[in-house]
Amino acid sequence: MSDDAGNRPYPKQVADRREWLGVLAKTPLGDLEQLWQTVPRKPPYEHLRQPETGLAMVRARAGGKGPQFNLGEMTVSRCVVSLSGEAVGVGYVKGRDLRQAELVAVFDAMMQGPDGEWTANSVIEPLKRAQDQRQTKTRSKAARTRVEFFTMVRGDSF
Amino acid sequence: MYVAVKGGEKAIDNAHEILEEDRRGDLELPEIGVGQISEQLGRAVDRVMTEGSVYDPELAALAVKQAQGDLVEAIFLLRAFRATLPRLAVSRTLNTGEMRIRRRISATFKDLPGGQILGPTYDYTHRLLDFGLMAEKAANEPSGETDPSDAGDQKSRDAEGPIPKVLDLLDRDGLIETFEAGAGDEAGEEEVGDLTREPLTFPAGRDLRLQNLARGDEGFLLALGYSTQRGFGNNHPFAGEIRLGEVDVEIVPEELDFPVPLGEITVTECEMITQFKGSKEQPPKFTRGYGLAFGHCERKAMAMALVDRALRTKELGEEPKAPAQDEEFVLYHSDNVESSGFVEHLKLPHYVDFQAELTLIRKLRQEHDDPGSGSEPAAERAEAGE
Repeated sequence: MSDDAGNRPYPKQVADRREWLGVLAKTPLGDLEQLWQTVPRKPPYEHLRQPETGLAMVRARAGGKGPQFNLGEMTVSRCVVSLSGEAVGVGYVKGRDLRQAELVAVFDAMMQGPDGEWTANSVIEPLKRAQDQRQTKTRSKAARTRVEFFTMVRGDSF
Repeated sequence: MYVAVKGGEKAIDNAHEILEEDRRGDLELPEIGVGQISEQLGRAVDRVMTEGSVYDPELAALAVKQAQGDLVEAIFLLRAFRATLPRLAVSRTLNTGEMRIRRRISATFKDLPGGQILGPTYDYTHRLLDFGLMAEKAANEPSGETDPSDAGDQKSRDAEGPIPKVLDLLDRDGLIETFEAGAGDEAGEEEVGDLTREPLTFPAGRDLRLQNLARGDEGFLLALGYSTQRGFGNNHPFAGEIRLGEVDVEIVPEELDFPVPLGEITVTECEMITQFKGSKEQPPKFTRGYGLAFGHCERKAMAMALVDRALRTKELGEEPKAPAQDEEFVLYHSDNVESSGFVEHLKLPHYVDFQAELTLIRKLRQEHDDPGSGSEPAAERAEAGE
């Protein structure tokens, strides 16, 4: 999120994982549960970190680019799982839903294991599509309120 | 000195019972749900999150419900709950330049890249009570589906991608102050003060001032901001840009060595620009004031930006003359949990203190009526009575 994030591209593996974690984190619990029900072979997993809720301090910058300051906190839940002792999945989500954090961690682990392709196609892709659609809708709603102001006297000096 | 009292348990229990009844109101009417509050009283929820300093719409809505809509009380409830949670992380700095914009306006430039997007606003409404809302299913209730036909594909394509910041336009011409490079790129690299960890000390850096203002009472900051416009602080600001929308929050988890997004939050951002005549060291230019709030809190963000600029008086070599420029005055009185705590504690029994004052006044009266009867000077005793 820092200003130079764009100048320093992440290695592909990291960039991919950031993307799917972002998609998963933005998915409400109901949708995650529904997708979990569709998993044909539900992998057994154990908690490396029990699900828990806490706070994250949200940092911002004066003027968007200037010195940092602490804006305020937000509730955050997290969970870390290991799939049959192999892939480790990490779930960090906003809010207080422990199960949501757990499912994000499980899907994150699945993405790194033998079921990665299935998970990418059946979980991440549809979620991402739905999120993109929602964003487009929000954007077009906003675009409908775009205005043109005209200055009445001095014309178009700006 | 406050002397504690005992007793009254039964009466207190009964009072809380009545409070509960009072909160619930008429049982014939359905109880209001937390979801209804966060959806339909969103601005109240946003204010509670901002000043309660915890982003969690559900908790804030619960606080609003429990406090019967008393927002300062709700803010207090949220702050108290916050104290029960551990801090798991500090986020990377928000990138408001990448905001997914729902509203974005500038009062300084008519035509700007990305355009003026009004979004959901009370501006330009007639402020007439809408009696349609009284009948619960109003005739013009939105269907939830907006008609995309007049949106214009071109327009929505225009809005794709990040919309550039207005102040960057001035920045390009060197007419506005710039930020020093290398202000620390990542969380942790820069020492950032935190009021929730250490008490406020003076002089406060801009980090502490902005955190304090972000948590500060909207009404207090609004009045102070207004005072600077009316001449108490010599501020002639322009709303360079106001934007509302969603930004990602990212943290670096303990388990990984790269940042991951944990979701998005809604924020309102305001950048005010103010003319600066210049000083011996600095040429005339525009200076900035910054406001940022959780949710849709436009008035708060604007007031915060005005007061932020006013508090930069010393840094810019201006002569502080007005209350809004006095950082001790502003920062010590901005927090509504602290101020209502101190004001409202006056309701609690002060019987012993008052008895002491009563005795003192009686003695002073006696001396006043019959000079020569007392041996000590009255002023000395008055101090002893504090």
